[in-house]
Amino acid sequence: MAGARVETIGLAAGRPAPSFWAEAWGRFRSNRVALLSAVFLLVIHVVALAAPFITPYDPNAVDITSIHARPSAEHLLGTDENGRDVLSRLIIGSQATLSVGLLSMAIAVVIGALVGGISGYLGGAVDSVLMRFTDGMMSIPNFFLVLVVVAVFGSRLENIVLTIGLTSWMLVARVVRGEVLRYREYDFVLAARALGATGRRILFFHIMPHTVPAIIVSATLGVATAILVESALSYLGLGIQPPQASWGNMLSNSQAYLFQNPLLPVYPGMLIFLTVLAYNFVGDGLRDALDPRTYTD
Amino acid sequence: MVAYLVRRILEAAVLVFIVTVVAFFLIHAAPGGPALLSNPELSREQIQQMRQTLGLEDPLPVQYLRWLSNVLRGNLGVSYSTVEPVTALIASRLPNTLMLSGLALLLSFAVAVPLGVISALRRNSALDRLVTGFSFVGTAVPVFWLGIVLILVFAVQLRLLPAGGMFTPGSSFSLPDRLRHLVLPTMVLVVLNLAAFTRYTRSAMITVLAEDYIRTARAKGLAEMRVIAGHALKNALIPVVSVLGVYIPRAVSGAAITEAVFAWPGMGQLAVQAASTRDYPVVLGVTLTVALVVVLSSLLTDLAYAYLDPRIRLG
Repeated sequence: MAGARVETIGLAAGRPAPSFWAEAWGRFRSNRVALLSAVFLLVIHVVALAAPFITPYDPNAVDITSIHARPSAEHLLGTDENGRDVLSRLIIGSQATLSVGLLSMAIAVVIGALVGGISGYLGGAVDSVLMRFTDGMMSIPNFFLVLVVVAVFGSRLENIVLTIGLTSWMLVARVVRGEVLRYREYDFVLAARALGATGRRILFFHIMPHTVPAIIVSATLGVATAILVESALSYLGLGIQPPQASWGNMLSNSQAYLFQNPLLPVYPGMLIFLTVLAYNFVGDGLRDALDPRTYTD
Repeated sequence: MVAYLVRRILEAAVLVFIVTVVAFFLIHAAPGGPALLSNPELSREQIQQMRQTLGLEDPLPVQYLRWLSNVLRGNLGVSYSTVEPVTALIASRLPNTLMLSGLALLLSFAVAVPLGVISALRRNSALDRLVTGFSFVGTAVPVFWLGIVLILVFAVQLRLLPAGGMFTPGSSFSLPDRLRHLVLPTMVLVVLNLAAFTRYTRSAMITVLAEDYIRTARAKGLAEMRVIAGHALKNALIPVVSVLGVYIPRAVSGAAITEAVFAWPGMGQLAVQAASTRDYPVVLGVTLTVALVVVLSSLLTDLAYAYLDPRIRLG
């Protein structure tokens, strides 16, 4: 969200953006694994957007006459313990899973970019206080905190998204700070200052657009982590609550029926695995494409 | 050195203090209050009286200070649900978590370092690709799914190992029995760590192998084995050790889920139970303990780092 806004401002500021992004696209395209992963992610997200219109059955419709049905022409992936169509639930479940991943990362990116940007630009005491705070947050077991907060406040989508977002901005902050430190010394910053630009303007309009590639890379990797966190919360019964489907709760739910229906855990498990893997591959591909100097993790 | 230690310990104390404040106000801000008080058999007056006895009627800052002063005297309070002292609860759970994650940590290093070294030496070989591919898989698999699959294969199908718990019910403690129960949870944690550790070792080795002193060592005519084990690996391990600082918070998180999958009676389970019944003293006690463990181990990591690398001066 923030990334997109900063980017358009960067274009308006007269940066030779088209050639940069075109070149990056060229490099990204030559990485076949990353490209394939990107196509996979595109399909998954389009399916999630169109989910209510393309599910073959009502994902929550209980049919006690066909419990644990094997895959057939009628139910392509079979049915679960309540006779609900597994394919429909997977399609609708992608919405919850992907929103947790994307929304929590959006929160993390906004906080991380602000903390890292201000810290790197101002330096001095502000920098040391903010970075100490970031280190402190990093040393708190992230999942533990999410677990306690969600257990206490209830596992609504907003709570899950908010807690994951508030506990995963630290990597973005560190990466952005590093980039700001680097670009702060460039002549264009000096030029802007000479023209009388305020510190706020220099930071947000001149320097931050340069950090967009780094932000995109760490955000992509962060989405993957957030999806795993949601699935782990679901396992403990603290994720998205049934009957609303998410891949995480479908997977954890299936554990009780391993013997009646051993295929049940395979589908959501594979989808989580492939989505997370694809996000990681795309993240790595973007890292190579957007900057030949690699960002450390 | 002493000044550095004092500063780090002060910083750690401040961090732990902040964590407890945040945890305290968060849990009291939660809707519902302790599960103990939502018992429908209690009358309004009884609930009121219990709240008074538990000190829940006082202003929050007063409650916090009372908790803190008790903690400083070594008293973490009493669990609302089991009426056991929180210190006793934690003392019975913490060793189990430390045993599991400690063993997993040791094994991960034992496997990851040789793998990382070999893939650095034979870059882009089949083995290197296999290791890289495996580490991608290791980062993308949901922890509990891996656990379930292992249980299915080794406990249900092959009947080789127990599916969970820490000991066979009804039997007295024996080392082989304990080890058999440790195998599967440890395996899950090792797979999780392996990816990161191998990649760190690999990239550290690649950096070190390009250094001038490696060329010098080779020029002196040292055997390749000595160059690698004596000169390169020793230096490459330094950044790998520093990764521990980042790893420990993650290990605690990973252990929480693994404990749930394998019914391992550790801190993770205690935290989940306590948080869902809003057992304030237990939640705070667990939070404090986890924060202390994390802060202490990251301090130890930094000290080890400085000890291993004379170029790093603490100050």
